[in-house]
Amino acid sequence: MSDQKHATAYWKENLKYLLILLSIWFLCSYGAGILFVDQLNTIKLGGFPLGFWFAQQGSMYVFVILIFVYVRLMNKLDKKYGFDND
Amino acid sequence: MDVKIWTYIIVGITFAIYIGIAIWTRAGSTKEFYVAGGGVSPLANGMATAADWMSAASFISMAGIISFAGYDGAVYLMGWTGGYVLLALLLAPYLRKFGKFTVPDFIGDRYYSKTARSVAVFCALIVSFTYVAGQMRGVGVVFSRFLEVEINTGVIIGMIIVLFYAVLGGMKGITYTQVAQYCVLIFAFMVPAIFISIQMTGNPIPQLGMGGTVAGTDTYLLDKLNGLSTELGFTEYTDGSKSMIDVLAITLALMVGTAGLPHVIVRFFTVKNVKDARKSAGLALVFIVILYTTAPAVSVFARTNLIETVSNKNYADMPQWFKNWEKTGLLIYNDKNADGKIQYVKGDAFVLKDGKPQKDQPNAESANELYIDNDIMVLANPEIAKLPNWVIALVAAGALAAALSTAAGLLLVISAAVSHDLIKKMVNPNISEKGELWTARISAAVAVIIAGYFGINPPGFVAAVVALAFGLAAASFFPAIILGIFNKRMNKEGAVAGMVVGMALMLYYMAKFKLGWIGEMPDKSEWWFGISPEGFGTVAMIANFIVALVVSKFTPAPPQEVQDIVENIRIPSGAAEAGAAH
Repeated sequence: MSDQKHATAYWKENLKYLLILLSIWFLCSYGAGILFVDQLNTIKLGGFPLGFWFAQQGSMYVFVILIFVYVRLMNKLDKKYGFDND
Repeated sequence: MDVKIWTYIIVGITFAIYIGIAIWTRAGSTKEFYVAGGGVSPLANGMATAADWMSAASFISMAGIISFAGYDGAVYLMGWTGGYVLLALLLAPYLRKFGKFTVPDFIGDRYYSKTARSVAVFCALIVSFTYVAGQMRGVGVVFSRFLEVEINTGVIIGMIIVLFYAVLGGMKGITYTQVAQYCVLIFAFMVPAIFISIQMTGNPIPQLGMGGTVAGTDTYLLDKLNGLSTELGFTEYTDGSKSMIDVLAITLALMVGTAGLPHVIVRFFTVKNVKDARKSAGLALVFIVILYTTAPAVSVFARTNLIETVSNKNYADMPQWFKNWEKTGLLIYNDKNADGKIQYVKGDAFVLKDGKPQKDQPNAESANELYIDNDIMVLANPEIAKLPNWVIALVAAGALAAALSTAAGLLLVISAAVSHDLIKKMVNPNISEKGELWTARISAAVAVIIAGYFGINPPGFVAAVVALAFGLAAASFFPAIILGIFNKRMNKEGAVAGMVVGMALMLYYMAKFKLGWIGEMPDKSEWWFGISPEGFGTVAMIANFIVALVVSKFTPAPPQEVQDIVENIRIPSGAAEAGAAH
């Protein structure tokens, strides 16, 4: 593979990860926390209505997890394409 | 020992630590001054970013705002954390690879134009100055409440401290003081929260206590609070009163604004390589989320506590903290129906002027007799929960740490924008390394003085301009940076047109709907798409994207070497050399 093609393939895989992770980001915060909050609030999680929990707690935990998943995925991808040296 | 002595001791110790660190980490080169030499560990950078990001508003005001807004408070919680996902995935790694010193640096080089650089410098200065004025004020307010000095004296003490370590240490000094400040502020926030959680729910983890049962009963705390709220005429705590479109718009504007704030972005220039930039964004969010998931729990505890303490109780029986805070004007009571009891219900207890209640003008239209300032919820919490005096002093030190760390980060952006982007890149490219370092120091000093001036004489629109800072960052930087990385075809014409349109729209909307500077102040019903000024950054950002994409279609593609830059920043390897070659 030429350098150019190599880099393009890397970039495409990166974009695929971004698309998946940002979809989850959107669903948890804007989906569960805002758009479907009333429907989810009919379900209880301990003392929390579920939609309210997503809006004030859950989405933030998901954000943290998403970044660390991204870090792991990208470290692997860098290695696969040999971009992991400084 | 009384609170004042404790406060002097604890605040004194923390200040001594900050100054000690500043002397130990003096900057010797421009690279150290702007990006701390570029070798900060991801952990240290994560803590520094968290302290940089969490301002006096996050520490003092946020839990109080949420406790009055209930569900609607989620816009701040999600808005001010979700932006880090965008930052980690879409900006930080690429900007680190680009390996320069400032955000206007990226805009100027990527869009091969002095106009683009100037527009970016202008945005960076406006955003940072509006933000820093609020921080200096915060320092003054904390001093005046806890140590009973004049607010202005407090501002000046704060100025001297910040001047010392920002001017001497630059980014290097700021980074390591911010690490210390993060430790102080998180400890100060968590200790009272944990104590109160145990008192109210028996659970030491506030995040769980919030959803738990009231100690000694089977009733869930949130159910109890919902009941109390509806009894007094408020909406249910777990329900909102803002429209859904507005909640969406505000949340998105805050997220995107966060990801576009220059003082947050530059923190990622300080780590060694792209890998570390990604990791430290994740760590920064962990450190932030510790406070941000605790804050809504504090809101619930404080709100329940407050209603139970005051509602329909005799004024004469109020505890000492109630009287203390009455003196500061953050708590105002007027016995409208002369029954000696406190009626605390929905509505404005006093006539509002510029958003401030007028003590001597009770609002006859509402039965509410009590005005409570947002800030009390955090500041008075230890007293309400009867915690020892050293905890109260700790809260003062924490609030100061939050305000000082954010102020320092902003001052650095201002000084770099002047000395690096304006002087070195535009006015006098031949300036020596030593000359540039001195220019940076002098501009930091001048910026501190201007910020202090605004802290002492706050313009009436300070509250409005913080929303403006986010809106402007969302409407200007975010699209320009994203397009610069993800759209190789984006050219200077598109980017500049987009930034100018986005910024102009935001400023216009703010002036018309928030400040009432254009004609009569319009009613809420006239908001475009039902979106408030706080959420309008979202609309302005979309306008920026559209204008940039359309204009770039009809103008020539960027030169080959610029397209090569884009190719290059998309690949993580080689970041260390890129920084060194600068």
